[in-house]
Amino acid sequence: MTVKQISVFLENRKGRLAQVTSVLSQNNIDISAISIAETTNFGIIRMIVNKPELALKVIKEAGFTVNTADVLAVEVPDCPGGLHQVLEIMYDNNISIEYLYSFVRRPSQKALILFKLDETDKAIKALKKEDINILSSQEVYEL
Amino acid sequence: MMYWNKPSECMDRKKLEELQSQQLVKTIERVYYNVPYYRNLMQEKGIMPEDIKGLEDLSKLPFTTKDDLRNNYPYGLFAVPLSEIVRIHASSGTTGKPTVVGYTREDITTWSELMARTLACGGASKHSVIQVAYGYGLFTGGLGVHYGAERLGASVIPISGGNTKRQVMLMRDFGTTVLACTPSYALHIAEVMKEMKVPRSELKLKYGILGAEPWTEELRKEIEEKLGITAIDIYGLSEIIGPGVASECQYKNGLHIWEDHFIPEIIDPKTGEVLPEGCEGELVFTTITKEGIPVIRYRTRDISSLNYEPCPCGRTHVRMHKVLGRTDDMLIIRGVNVFPSQIESILINIGDTEPHYLLVIDRVGNMDSLEVWIEVSENLFSDEVRKLESLKHRIANEIYSTLGLSAKVKLVEPKTIERSQGKAKRVLDRRK
Repeated sequence: MTVKQISVFLENRKGRLAQVTSVLSQNNIDISAISIAETTNFGIIRMIVNKPELALKVIKEAGFTVNTADVLAVEVPDCPGGLHQVLEIMYDNNISIEYLYSFVRRPSQKALILFKLDETDKAIKALKKEDINILSSQEVYEL
Repeated sequence: MMYWNKPSECMDRKKLEELQSQQLVKTIERVYYNVPYYRNLMQEKGIMPEDIKGLEDLSKLPFTTKDDLRNNYPYGLFAVPLSEIVRIHASSGTTGKPTVVGYTREDITTWSELMARTLACGGASKHSVIQVAYGYGLFTGGLGVHYGAERLGASVIPISGGNTKRQVMLMRDFGTTVLACTPSYALHIAEVMKEMKVPRSELKLKYGILGAEPWTEELRKEIEEKLGITAIDIYGLSEIIGPGVASECQYKNGLHIWEDHFIPEIIDPKTGEVLPEGCEGELVFTTITKEGIPVIRYRTRDISSLNYEPCPCGRTHVRMHKVLGRTDDMLIIRGVNVFPSQIESILINIGDTEPHYLLVIDRVGNMDSLEVWIEVSENLFSDEVRKLESLKHRIANEIYSTLGLSAKVKLVEPKTIERSQGKAKRVLDRRK
């Protein structure tokens, strides 16, 4: 039920991010969601792409340090309290969030939240019990 | 001209050489019969103690290296039982194990004598107030200078290194006339003094007795101007005795090696061949009075040259050129010996199977700074910032506990560090 995220190590230098997106574009890889965590001298790009295996290969070939992580893709209504409902379930079940990022799809009025959690399986169970929609990899790539 | 021991320091060269010959013969006998390591080595080479009749036979003897000391860790090269050893010092080694040296009571007396000579040679006397800002402890710097200064009869302030504001305060309040520390620390003290707005006129400081790291004439000029002192270069290494192996006199043109205790040679570091006077090469020492751990033809890895011309100061002992460099990759950062391989072992222990790293050394605000750049391999990488930050702290902590040096760790992308002929460049030294 998890989605493969591509994570890339980047130094805080001009043009490094564009280098990564250029490689993806040349290989016709589509980015569904992206976020960047930054510190004073380095950053980590996290993204969901439609061809994770290929992305991993070509980014590595371009000389970057890259790995994959399993994240949970959760669909919430794009309205006040939408995210809060999910976070409350996490909190009630004592699940810690390492990080999250999101994007909104206008036509469907739904938002997609990507979670990196300490206990993903426990979260899946808890969310399913509350009828929260968890998207599969295929569903995310087709967005 | 102030001598501590005029008969020895100004001894006729012919007499000095006779003395060296006699002492060498005694030393070889002693190591042959008391140190199995040297006995085996001499037997392998087919040399018997009676083959060594004097100075002219020195070059027949095998060299001793830092590795030999390490392979005999901790006490293997001691020539006396531990019951005769009254002091143990150690310096950092290349792979974590330190190099250990032991002193008998007589060795401490010799060392104090030589440090007293060194201090007097640099301008100190019994009227001096000597602030010892070398580190006290396993490092020979602090205690070595301390014992020499007491022997000289000076008033000693055993403040050790660090806490620079207090150094300045005591220097002013206690009327320090001689500062003993590393050259980079002397410069740092000058800078802090300026920040504290302590005017030079409130200090009685006259001399700096500076050593434990190589420094240039430019740095000497800067220290002399900023502190308003005469800065003297001293040389020593724990394997030979510690500080007090050689010292500049007031003419500041080479360092007098105390030849009645140590025989210097300059060799070609590649072939081991002894080079003639004036040639640059690796400095090698044989100790001829030491009891605890005599060393035969110890390769210092320091590059220098020897000058036997008479010195206007009247001392007859040979002068070595200010150290010009190293034959290995050892660095001296804030007086601490650092080998890049030490950082490498730390990274391997942390799980970086093929570490690519660069040590960037700079002088920031007159203090040496160490930055360690590490290429983030897949083994080290995590998508979580927290884990990468804790990796940085872990590496910095390991470096601190291994070397006693604080370093700034910087994570960089693969292939950031320049490779030359497939081999990574390990050091970028921006000091100078």
